[in-house]
Amino acid sequence: MTTSVLDVLAGTPVPVRRMKHTISVLVDNTPGVLTKVSGLFRRRGYNIHSLAVGVTEQPTVSRMIIAVDGEPEVLEQIIKQLNKLIEVIKVNDVTGFSTVDRELALIKLNATPATRMEIMEICNVFRANVVDLTEKTMTLEVTGRSDKIDAILSLVQKYGIREMVRTGQVTLVRGTQPT
Amino acid sequence: MARQTMPAARQVAAGATKRMSGARALIECLDRVGVEVMFGHPGGAALPLYDALYDARQIRHVLVRHEQVAAHAAVGYHRVTGKVGVCMATSGPGATNLLTGITDAMMDSAGIVAITGQVSTLAIGTDAFQEADVMGMTMPITKHNCLVQTATDLPRIVLQCFLIAATGRPGPVLVDIPRDIAQTETEFEFPEQVTLRSGKVPPAVPSPNQIAAAAALLSQASRPIVYAGGGIISSNAAPELTAFACKARIPVTTTLMGKGGFPETDPLSLGMLGMHGTAYANFAINAADIILAVGVRFDDRVTGRLKDFAPQARFIHIDIDPAEIGKNKPAHVPIVGDAREALRVLAAQVTPPECEAWHRQIAEWKERHPLRYRQEGDTIKPQFAIDAIYRATKGQAIVVTDVGQHQMWAAQFYLSTQPRTWVTSGGLGAMGFGFPAALGAQMGRPDALVCAIVGDGGFQMTLQDLATAVEWGLPIKIYVINNKCLGMVRQWQQLFYRERYSHVMLQNPDFAKLAEAFGAVGIAVRRPEEVAPAIERSLEVTDGPCLVDVHCDPGENCYPMIPSGQSIKEMIIEGM
Repeated sequence: MTTSVLDVLAGTPVPVRRMKHTISVLVDNTPGVLTKVSGLFRRRGYNIHSLAVGVTEQPTVSRMIIAVDGEPEVLEQIIKQLNKLIEVIKVNDVTGFSTVDRELALIKLNATPATRMEIMEICNVFRANVVDLTEKTMTLEVTGRSDKIDAILSLVQKYGIREMVRTGQVTLVRGTQPT
Repeated sequence: MARQTMPAARQVAAGATKRMSGARALIECLDRVGVEVMFGHPGGAALPLYDALYDARQIRHVLVRHEQVAAHAAVGYHRVTGKVGVCMATSGPGATNLLTGITDAMMDSAGIVAITGQVSTLAIGTDAFQEADVMGMTMPITKHNCLVQTATDLPRIVLQCFLIAATGRPGPVLVDIPRDIAQTETEFEFPEQVTLRSGKVPPAVPSPNQIAAAAALLSQASRPIVYAGGGIISSNAAPELTAFACKARIPVTTTLMGKGGFPETDPLSLGMLGMHGTAYANFAINAADIILAVGVRFDDRVTGRLKDFAPQARFIHIDIDPAEIGKNKPAHVPIVGDAREALRVLAAQVTPPECEAWHRQIAEWKERHPLRYRQEGDTIKPQFAIDAIYRATKGQAIVVTDVGQHQMWAAQFYLSTQPRTWVTSGGLGAMGFGFPAALGAQMGRPDALVCAIVGDGGFQMTLQDLATAVEWGLPIKIYVINNKCLGMVRQWQQLFYRERYSHVMLQNPDFAKLAEAFGAVGIAVRRPEEVAPAIERSLEVTDGPCLVDVHCDPGENCYPMIPSGQSIKEMIIEGM
């Protein structure tokens, strides 16, 4: 079970029945559609864990992958409400499907010549790339499931994370079945 | 797939192209979808739209004095005609003044299209004069909204907006038209028809298996009840509901929005349920074993504390909007579909359940706790005034109310027997709604008797449009239930805030004189015996509005009452 950053910030206790769901939403690629979807989550008090959006193989269609925490009834409401938006083409809860899930993170660490090698070793294990290097910093690029990114973060935080950015999870269902 | 096929083209053949401005194309579209009446107010960014309207032949535009009135009037028009109501305003303040009316339409599922002028495309985002982010503001209060970005898109977008407003669960749709788009001259192509994606159109035919399950459950019920709401009205299912209830011999309670969906004069009717519903409707629904909920959304004003609402019941829930099913209460038999079709099929399959004891119990409740009031002394009881309106109009009027105590008394004492004869602001509870909605209703039904029953508080929020009603010679009857205070708030302060009457007393104008100043007929009544003659006189006025200012007992409270967030156990049946 994942606790969202917002929950942590708000100090909200996370009920046991809550679990992270991955929802794929195909939308018309029109201005305002991102606001409509995110506004719907805000208005109804649903908690977004991450949201990644980009164009699909069809230029007029975008896919949003929304990772969201919630109880089953809340998830059902979210999907029903999303389906009512005119710009939404298809909503699919792919939680529990056989999927490929990826997230990319850029992590800028405090790194001195003395700690570089140690960090490089961690990078090797996680197949992370060093994409920038200065006298004082090292920037890592790491790709994988969100829990893998959580894992490398927990290992490198002792060096001091100066800045970080994560893309949010993107997901496709494996094989011929559409997402 | 939902389709909007255009009626025979009046000016430009569908599919053909013609060179014209965006504004002119908009008016063509309105003409094509059969708009006869629209309510609006011009302004800078809407100038091109209004210029095109100057040449319109079919459409009558009602110039209101405040845009809020335009939106409420569009709702009133929609409620009584079933057609999409249309309102129009300029950018910025014009559009923001529409917001209350649009929200009301959203909460009560009224099909309206709001057209707003917007600053020119290049000026959008620059904080230009009279610019407001109307798209952003109206996202959460519309079924759909869109900004027209290229002139060529305009006909398709406008026609689609009308389709969306009317399809499935109706709702408000806003189309924002930048000034330059309205002015652009282009070859416009008018589509033969516009369609919605199949996923956006709820299934018209409900699942036969679910209907069979519902019929089986109802046939075995010992304490069944129908809980019917606004969905009955919007799906034109009143005859089907009546046929079903009469065949199955199942009592019917309606919500505030469902009034008129089942004749309240029928012995099977329990009247309205909920916070100020009849005691017997509330007793019955809370004792029921099977509840057939149709076109309702289990609003908190109906259920009170959810976990204590109808604790022994199993629910069959019919709704066109899948998101309403299971939202507040789990449905044992969920049925997604059109209420009319569902009730028609259900009536054919249901076997009337054996429930004589249940009918006896309900009769006993009705006998023991009828709706009543005591008219005694020299002050007019507000219920007496409403009862007098009911009797004088023989229950045949279209009743439009504002929001507050008078609204609840009207719901209790003006028995509705026909659909689309009861217009009120339910979900949003927007004071100021009543009189403008009556204006819209009278425009939609010019020959009908339209009675606006309003409070002195709410009426003062939108009374400036008496000018509009006079200008159009609308014979609306306005009954001001004048208790010189914001009665519902005063009641709550009395009951729950230790009689600390904080800012609820009103120093009112002389409403009758005010009406006269606008050119309407104004009558004031202060004694009980004056009420009936004044109403009779008002009914004789046919060439314009007539206002009757009924000075009522300021201390009267509205009962029964289930206090907010509580249950049937806490119901206050009578305050006396």
